[in-house]
Amino acid sequence: MHSDYQVLRTFADSWGLAYMFAVFVIVVCWTLRPGGKVLSNDAAQVPFREKEDITDV
Amino acid sequence: MRHGNTVIALAVATFLSILGIAFAADRAFEAHMWVLTGVLVITMLIMMGKTQVAPAGRLAAEVKPTGYKDDVIRWGVIAIVFWGVIGFLVGVVAAAQLAWPALNIEPWFNFGRVRPLHTSAVVFAFGGNALLATSFFIVQRTCRARLWGGELATFVFWGYQLFIVLAATGYLLGITEGREYAEPEWYVDLFLTVVWVAYLAVFVGTIVKRSEPHIYVANWFFLAFIITVAMLHVVNNLSLPVSLLGAKSYSLFAGVQDALTQWWYGHNAVGFFLTAGFLGMMYYFIPKQAERPVYSYRLSIIHFWSLIFLYIWAGPHHLHYTALPDWAQTLGMVFSIMLWMPSWGGMINGLMTLSGAWDKLRTDPILRMLVVSVAFYGMSTFEGPMMSIKTVNSLSHYTDWTIGHVHSGALGWVGMISFGAVYYLVPKLWQRDRLYSLQLVNYHFWLATLGIVVYAAVMWVSGIMQGLMWREYDAEGYLVYSFVESTAAMYPYYVMRVFGGLLYLAGGVIMAWNVFKTIRGDLRSEASMDGAAEPIPAE
Amino acid sequence: MSTPNENPGLLAKHGAIEKNVTLLLALSFVTVSIGGIVEIAPLFYLENTIEDVEGMRPYSPLELAGRNIYVREGCYVCHSQMIRPFRDEVERYGHYSLAAESQYDHPFQWGSKRTGPDLARVGGRYSNDWHVQHLIDPQSVVPESIMPSYAFLMEAQFDMEDPAAHLNANRLVGVPYTDEMLENAVFDLRGQADPDGDHDGILERYPNAVIGDFDGNPDRLSEMDALVAYLQMMGTLVDFSAYEPLENIR
Repeated sequence: MHSDYQVLRTFADSWGLAYMFAVFVIVVCWTLRPGGKVLSNDAAQVPFREKEDITDV
Repeated sequence: MRHGNTVIALAVATFLSILGIAFAADRAFEAHMWVLTGVLVITMLIMMGKTQVAPAGRLAAEVKPTGYKDDVIRWGVIAIVFWGVIGFLVGVVAAAQLAWPALNIEPWFNFGRVRPLHTSAVVFAFGGNALLATSFFIVQRTCRARLWGGELATFVFWGYQLFIVLAATGYLLGITEGREYAEPEWYVDLFLTVVWVAYLAVFVGTIVKRSEPHIYVANWFFLAFIITVAMLHVVNNLSLPVSLLGAKSYSLFAGVQDALTQWWYGHNAVGFFLTAGFLGMMYYFIPKQAERPVYSYRLSIIHFWSLIFLYIWAGPHHLHYTALPDWAQTLGMVFSIMLWMPSWGGMINGLMTLSGAWDKLRTDPILRMLVVSVAFYGMSTFEGPMMSIKTVNSLSHYTDWTIGHVHSGALGWVGMISFGAVYYLVPKLWQRDRLYSLQLVNYHFWLATLGIVVYAAVMWVSGIMQGLMWREYDAEGYLVYSFVESTAAMYPYYVMRVFGGLLYLAGGVIMAWNVFKTIRGDLRSEASMDGAAEPIPAE
Repeated sequence: MSTPNENPGLLAKHGAIEKNVTLLLALSFVTVSIGGIVEIAPLFYLENTIEDVEGMRPYSPLELAGRNIYVREGCYVCHSQMIRPFRDEVERYGHYSLAAESQYDHPFQWGSKRTGPDLARVGGRYSNDWHVQHLIDPQSVVPESIMPSYAFLMEAQFDMEDPAAHLNANRLVGVPYTDEMLENAVFDLRGQADPDGDHDGILERYPNAVIGDFDGNPDRLSEMDALVAYLQMMGTLVDFSAYEPLENIR
């Protein structure tokens, strides 16, 4: 139905778009939040904390 | 008997597949069940004999146990190399058939059956084994935990190999659903679903019992790959078999809905099978080989969420100007173009991990392979969004340009990073000091790079030429070329493509030799790569 | 986009995602589901996805068998069945393809590559003899062709023992086969390739079906018969003189 399509289309062009953009901005801000740096730097070291042998773990 | 339960399970499966032969509803299913029975019987005989007949098993016995479940990964690495060489070889054969049609051997080796064999062999057998082996390796190391589920991982590996064999023999027997990159029929699909669920369980189980608080970002990518491929596989393969003892099934969807479902699947087979999982490799192997942490861990998080969100929308760009509604085409195009950004974010993250250590590229051919693969990733993820623009697509669609694009991604990105991973893994898994020969890695690198460049350039030229010939009008307003004239014009390019493929295949054979010698424990005496006699120009 | 932030409570527990595999799994799954749902789901209920056209009907048993051979041999690897609305394509292949024309195609065979020409409207363009000769030895009719030979189709024993089961499977996935069509499936399968038979029933059930011996051997039903029967009906069902594209603006 044409009207269905128009309604969806209008919604996608406006609120849908704004919502997704907002979510994206929040994700980026959240990831780059000041407190995240320590956590991230720590996580980036994970591959270098591996052990050759975990039989004793 | 150590493998008592396995042998009993195999015996039951053999019995069922013999019943399949006896009561098959069509000849194709009967033939396929013969293949299955043969594979099962051989496997059963091997298992009933010595428990350690196979070479990797014998060699695995030599290596010191580390607490990690690595035997399945050792098998996995051998499978990567084996299926890689097979897949490249079938690719060269398929390319040659297009140049010289006399090479088609009907009915089993006609191009229409060989091409799915090639694509499945490289994507699912070579790429799939690379994903299985590296994900099992990385998840154990970054979690500092043994694989969860005991021998479930062994089932995943061998079950996956059986899936490959059934898929491959099915194509040659003419058993196909006719959906690109999802050709196996319903019963093979069901079996793969079981294997895949077990894979997810092993992977998640290992993460759950980790001793490292963080879940490293590589595992995020693997996790997204496994769960998304599960979703894509199940939805795209929904079909109704004519008989439960027959090979043929009919897709649940028809026409335009079927087309979009298929390309939603098809493009995300690229996005999640060939990209997300391999990005997991990038985020592990490049830092390890370069001995420095990833450039920006926070960028990798943004990379992850934006990539997995955007990729899933891009499928409709495979259906531009078709009978798919316009709104869906436009969505596909817009998201494909946006996808450029996270892709390049990831590429920059991978490349910049080397900042301050660029000199290593000169002396370490493995690192060079990994880095060049990321460079090819960058090129293909620029070319892809460009080709998804409708005006460009109107020229490129249906032509060899698409084939060239796929290969720059598959040979360059997927292939090169897998080779790098293999070279990293083999000495570690078999506890050797180093590879048999770094010089051979160097040869492999140049053969592969040259092969890709030849292949992509040739397909680029032939594709654009095809597209232009099809739409060429003369002054009177008539089409200038008949279709077959464009076919004839492709001949020299198809020959050159065979040459490019041969170069790439030769590199693969060299890798197989190098891996074989390393596993045997041989060391080739050669000058170190940073010696004075350094013939390789820096990148 | 699904993110941790849909639930603001999570912000406080920063790092929760990085450390909780279930949450990571669930959020990833939600994130990757959205695109597919938004794009695919509307195709099933937006009524203007598929046009209303005259003439579309389910495949006859012989055509369906031929189509299955087309799928089996991977013809879609080199031939598209989707004419795009461009001047050159319309001149070369005929009217651009409509969604309605593949509404009974399980699976669709639009293809993605033209190593050979588009086949969406190949029906009726060449004679049966031409098709048979071309499939047996493509280079004998088109010297520059790089198509493989399909001579074995002449000898291949026909592998559709129970055509009604195939029709029924199609009916279950939505193709409007009637009980009458199922009952007459075997008769129609044989009858369509038999030039001497009684064709009134077939033509009533499957209007515009091409009748006749296709492979040059009227005594036997070969896979060649089926494939050529399929090729000869491709793109012939819709009467474009009666089609009004303006009514179908998408």
